[in-house]
Amino acid sequence: MTITREQARDVVERAVRRIVPDADVASVGDDADLRAAFELDSLDFLSFVELLATETGVRIDEDDYPELTTATGCTDLLVRRAG
Amino acid sequence: MTTAPVTTTETTYREALREALREALREDDRVFLMGEDVGSYGGCFAVTLGLLEEFGPERVRDTPLSESTFVGAGIGAALGGMRPIVEIMTVNFSMLALDQILNNAATLLHMSGGQLNVPLVIRMTTGAGRQLAAQHSHSLEGWYAHIPGLKVIAPATLEDARGMLWTALQDPDPVLLFEHGSLYNMSGALATGAGHVDIQRAAVRRPGRDLTLVSYGGSLSTSMTAADELSAGGIEVEVIDLRVLRPLDDATIMESVRRTHRAVVVDEGWRSGSLAAEVSARITEQCFFELDAPVERVCSAEVPMPYAKHLEEAALPQVATVVAAARKVVS
Amino acid sequence: MPSLGADMDAGTLVEWLVRAGDTVHRGDPMAVVDTDKSAIEVESFDDGVVEALLVEPGTRVAVGTPLARLVAVGMTVAAPEQSAAPAAASRPAPSPGQVVVPAPSPGPVVVPVGGRPGGRVSPYARRLARELGVDLDRVSGSGADGAVHAEDVLAARATTTEQVPDSPAVEEPVALESSAPPARSARSARRETIAALMSRAKREIPHYYVATTVDLHALTEWLRRTNRERSVAERIVPAAAVLKAAALAARRHPGLNGFWVDDAFVPAPEVHLGVAVHVRDGALVAPAIHRTADLSLPEVMAALRDLVSRARAGRLRRAEMADPTLTVTDLGDQGVEEVIGVIYPPQVALLGVGRVVERPWAVDGLLGVRPTVRLTLSGDHRATDGATGARFLTTLDELLQHPEEL
Repeated sequence: MTITREQARDVVERAVRRIVPDADVASVGDDADLRAAFELDSLDFLSFVELLATETGVRIDEDDYPELTTATGCTDLLVRRAG
Repeated sequence: MTTAPVTTTETTYREALREALREALREDDRVFLMGEDVGSYGGCFAVTLGLLEEFGPERVRDTPLSESTFVGAGIGAALGGMRPIVEIMTVNFSMLALDQILNNAATLLHMSGGQLNVPLVIRMTTGAGRQLAAQHSHSLEGWYAHIPGLKVIAPATLEDARGMLWTALQDPDPVLLFEHGSLYNMSGALATGAGHVDIQRAAVRRPGRDLTLVSYGGSLSTSMTAADELSAGGIEVEVIDLRVLRPLDDATIMESVRRTHRAVVVDEGWRSGSLAAEVSARITEQCFFELDAPVERVCSAEVPMPYAKHLEEAALPQVATVVAAARKVVS
Repeated sequence: MPSLGADMDAGTLVEWLVRAGDTVHRGDPMAVVDTDKSAIEVESFDDGVVEALLVEPGTRVAVGTPLARLVAVGMTVAAPEQSAAPAAASRPAPSPGQVVVPAPSPGPVVVPVGGRPGGRVSPYARRLARELGVDLDRVSGSGADGAVHAEDVLAARATTTEQVPDSPAVEEPVALESSAPPARSARSARRETIAALMSRAKREIPHYYVATTVDLHALTEWLRRTNRERSVAERIVPAAAVLKAAALAARRHPGLNGFWVDDAFVPAPEVHLGVAVHVRDGALVAPAIHRTADLSLPEVMAALRDLVSRARAGRLRRAEMADPTLTVTDLGDQGVEEVIGVIYPPQVALLGVGRVVERPWAVDGLLGVRPTVRLTLSGDHRATDGATGARFLTTLDELLQHPEEL
């Protein structure tokens, strides 16, 4: 299954909002540190990764976590892996 | 670090008590001993044998047969700066001195607003088992354990017989020391340097996981024998020797019951209003939600202690009755 | 209104989760109550049918106030004129003309299905059953007259655990957002509660602190390796491993696990580790993971995720709030290296956990870079001395060097 950049970006936004209901990803910018911006703790982040993986079917390992720092990073990884 | 080799001496409970008295008389010239027949006769139970010869009539004093008088004299001497050790032949006779013990010794500190300590030690024989009948055999230490202002101790081992007296003499307030009559001939090995012991804590005499057996004084050996028998049947009993009957060391009892969840109290006193009742009540107050069975008590039958041997045995807590109570609680 | 913590004297009923006529079983959530600290689900104390709800949502009532009335299953729901006298669902006290759950008396009363007519349960067994979530109605007693003892409860738990293998994550009722906000500002009330509790802690507890830095190389390597085999949902974060290790260490140092009550330390028989959870609206709660030391590491991780998500959704349970025996507060995710925390009364210790930081670290005479964490134990000096706290941290360090044994 391939996904477009827009779809991937949408998955990221929805995942953040599932964890922080009033979060607005657009307001912090694509290159902001998501964990810092939305005060995600390690459990939140685990849920976030879980949502990304289940929504897209992409396998995400712990070694990938550094790439998932920003919305751009998340989108890049999802597009590359799904493709 | 190396441990010095421990040498032991074969001794008896009686001799251990005597050695403690000898040490007290030797080490502190404020200490003196008085009571009925403690001098020339050597004590009704021979505990003070030889002390008159060693320390002289000033410090080992025979008294008239008047418990109220010589206990009162002891209180006066304590108030005057001495450290008297008063022997009352049996706890039954101490009733004659109860006025002095309760209304003077136990209360003076309180009524003087903390000005008058009474550093007095009273030794008494207690308990049955030697066919001495109802006027010499009762276990009334529980009554004394009811009285604020007193400390009540009950040595059940050679170590405690040797070590409790000195600590009691250091206490600024009255201490009653109960010697169970059946223990005087108990013999065993005592470490050569055995010395002073605390008079604050109960002791776990045998560890176990299934049941806590709380006991003291003359009932300790009954409880230990029962524990051996139960162990053979797969029930591991923890035996606690109260040692101090007032104030009770709740912490040691509760710590044990919280592990075993079951308790039996063995007490040679009569069941109603007994020390066993107090221990049982405290366990229920403090460990209710830890209890897996009701607390059981093994006490003496509520009769004046009989003279006839078979009746006396029937009236006293026996190994078999302790074992039966334990099995009931554990089953 | 049950007491949901030692410092609680009133609570606000936020919403009902049952309606009149519903059948409930012991342990079923019945209502959501706001305690000023957090919203908590109140469970039914008995089996029965809800006859009447006595308190309107939004109402603040004192602890002990009846919230609802239950009647035993099989009983006709009492006619209104018969049920004028209020009875507490939580504390069935017989009152004239009032049938009280669970109606143990003989006679025409139909015994609830699965009930134990006249059955006796020892206090310890009852407590164990509550802690282990064992339904006493399903336990057969081995004692005299069928009395239930602790070993019967333990045996029953063994069988239930086998019967229910890893039930899929229970669907939490998602839609039940707090519909009726409490009258006064929940946020300020929560701050007041925290203020009172923490002031008491700092006023009464002579804290001592001991701290150490622990090399987490072994743990992080082990987690990296084993997490690769786990699905995302099952991955274990270092915080869970620290919790498990702390629980094991607490078991070895029981002087730190328990309560200071009436000028004396009362050790707790089990380790129920409290986990400080920062809830987004400004509340701080520290609910317990029950019997933490007995859970496997994956179970601790699952319990942690479950607890945090329910804490944030206001769905904690009564026992979770009341039971912690030792609390862990982990602020590593907030970026700090060290947490020197305040003990939760009446507990006697608190473990502060900092961020996992890479530090230069001497290994075998050489400098390396290792992931490390700063662990700080706050102890109640009335209950223990620094030496006990130090031994606890040493044990904790040792345990963390062997993550495969956690």
